Amino acid sequence: MNSSPLDAISALAVQKKHGKPFSGVTEIGRPMVQDRKSLVAWVQAAPMMLIFALFFLLPLVFVTIVSAWDYNEYEMIPAFSLRGYTDTFEGCIADLPDLCTILKTYLKTLKLCLMTWSLTLLIGFTVAYFLAFHVRSKTWQIALTLLCTIPFWTSNVIRMIAWIPLLGRNGLVNKGLEGVGLIDQPLEWLLFSEFSVVLALVHLFTFFMVVPIFNSMIRIDKKLIEAAYDAGATGWQTLVNVIIPLAKPGIVIGSIFVITIVMGDFVTIGVMGGQQIASAGKIIEARLNALQFPAAAANAVILLGITILIISALTRIVDIRKEL
Amino acid sequence: MTDRLKMINSISRRNLLKGAAGAAGLAVGSGAITGFPYVHSAEPKILRYLGTAVNEGDEISKKCLEDTGIKIEYITATTDDVTKRVITQPNSFDVLDTEYFSLKKLVPSGNIFALDAKKIKEFDNITPVFTKGQLPNGKKIGNQGTAPWKVLYLEGSNSKTFSATPTEFVTLIPTVYNADTLGIRPDLIKRPIGSWAELLNPEFRSKAAILNIPSIGIMDAAMVVEATGQHQYADKGNMTKAEIDLTMKVMTEAKKAGQFRAFWKDFNESVNLMASGETVIQSMWSPAVTKVRSMGIACTFQPLKEGYRSWASGFCVSKAVSGPKLDWAYEFVNWYLSGWAGAYLNRQGYYSAVLSTAEANMTADEWGYWMEGKAAVGDIKAPDGTILEKAGAKRDGGSYDDRMGAVACWNAVMDENDYMVRKWNEFIAA
Repeated sequence: MNSSPLDAISALAVQKKHGKPFSGVTEIGRPMVQDRKSLVAWVQAAPMMLIFALFFLLPLVFVTIVSAWDYNEYEMIPAFSLRGYTDTFEGCIADLPDLCTILKTYLKTLKLCLMTWSLTLLIGFTVAYFLAFHVRSKTWQIALTLLCTIPFWTSNVIRMIAWIPLLGRNGLVNKGLEGVGLIDQPLEWLLFSEFSVVLALVHLFTFFMVVPIFNSMIRIDKKLIEAAYDAGATGWQTLVNVIIPLAKPGIVIGSIFVITIVMGDFVTIGVMGGQQIASAGKIIEARLNALQFPAAAANAVILLGITILIISALTRIVDIRKEL
Repeated sequence: MTDRLKMINSISRRNLLKGAAGAAGLAVGSGAITGFPYVHSAEPKILRYLGTAVNEGDEISKKCLEDTGIKIEYITATTDDVTKRVITQPNSFDVLDTEYFSLKKLVPSGNIFALDAKKIKEFDNITPVFTKGQLPNGKKIGNQGTAPWKVLYLEGSNSKTFSATPTEFVTLIPTVYNADTLGIRPDLIKRPIGSWAELLNPEFRSKAAILNIPSIGIMDAAMVVEATGQHQYADKGNMTKAEIDLTMKVMTEAKKAGQFRAFWKDFNESVNLMASGETVIQSMWSPAVTKVRSMGIACTFQPLKEGYRSWASGFCVSKAVSGPKLDWAYEFVNWYLSGWAGAYLNRQGYYSAVLSTAEANMTADEWGYWMEGKAAVGDIKAPDGTILEKAGAKRDGGSYDDRMGAVACWNAVMDENDYMVRKWNEFIAA
């Protein structure tokens, strides 16, 4: 009962993968056709691969190379030096049991990331659920999805200036609460705090959760839900046993979006945190601004490594390629 | 679905047509089709001007075009990004407007071109603040940090070494400078403020702010450390590692105690923090104080007994500039120093490099208010005509001599910059 719909799906998938029992191609003709097919596939994938290699892999290789260079006040020196890395981990052993700068920074970044991820997941899933199962008309689904893009209409600086009248010491929220008599002193933690950072990040990035989850949900065969209903499942049981497992690829893709963006973010954390909250991205920014490119590159490589670890852990949970 | 596809198709076709027509128009416009010979003199005089927003006024470029026929195209970036751009993309600009403290990074890169002092008409009239480190009346000015006179001259035209004595090869032709101090909200503080120590006074917990540029933020902190008597720096602009540790410790304690509301990086951020009452005391720039005041909110650019932290900027050109473009650059710089622009800058609360020409372009009342610390006879107006101060008002900090004479240190890049940046990251993570 518990996993019956899933079993059906995976059985289908297995059939798809292995069986082309009636392909109609004779045994002799097969290799040639396959060769041509794979050639076509390579050609089709080539433009994307080229762009990927040129604008992603190549720069990444450069960043990695530069991270092992030396530098002075104004230029990079192409001589092997791990100064960027050793400086970054400065004090990590000497300062024990106190945490060193880089560990503190990453702990803070991970904390913000976790909070943002769980909130965007909760809200994103709910919104996607509403769009997929409660909104019947295609037009409305599209219109409402577009509404979710509103946070992207203004720049970060404008947004910060807009938050001050709302969350600030003399802002709307504080004045309102004081007016109602709930508080005597304005709440200081509303702005330039972890609260405001997470608020802004959730506000910005929930959309990246909504779209992939919605995309997964819209493809769930409605018959499965009917079947669950017919089999006597409650709404909650259907959600947990049918919808969530089938929406998993969307959830994982959305999570990858949100986690990678938040791990590297320094603008939102900087602006909403009053530039006083550490983040992995901010370390890189401070290094870049001081023209210490190799040190910045070393930090970028470390950030990349940690993000890849998180992503690969996520993809361990769900094999996206299989599920798509 | 097919309907939508059709629509997309027709749109892209229309765009394509439009694009083609545009391209054809462009070709006509550029003379590629008409076949006229290339006429050198008809080439528009355009200079790409890289700088921070400090003195990039539309009024200035408009007036410059009118007077000289040179069209200025502004490329605006933050101080750090300007430096980054000079180092990494020297071909992306013609004229550079930057601060003197950046020169320690820019000159060794070889990406900028020293201007010839002999071709600058007003060079000998440039205020001795830049050339000798003293006021026109002979009073010596504080020389801690990257004071402009330390980095004004190069030993030769392609030299990467600063010359201690005047030469004809000038790194940056001075344009604008000022003495910075703390901005305060007198209506919310309600008592006199007279010392840098007040920035970290627990009385203003979560109502203080500093600039989010490590090398400048740490100097503001050093002013506090000296004011509270914890340490006397030999040079606040060039600290030893131990001094950096000490200063950062003071900052970290203040941050942990919740002293700072926010660090700001952008002119408008500083105005908003102050105008909204989020902060009541913070490092600030003179025109930002003026802007808060023009919103009808009380704000004072408070003179403090320990003195000011000063900054200065000027012009040079990219090493890629040569031929007629270089002549236009000299023409532009000469125009800039000829008075109109100087008067424009003075009216915003900055100081211009050639005082005599600026004075000739200002009214006696304006000159008295901005430069001599006298009470305004009539209303004082901003360059755009809005009233900044009513008759009878006096400038915060008084006259030019009073303010520039009280400069304690200059914005700087330290020898231990790398260490300082690491410590700054540690401070943020604390």
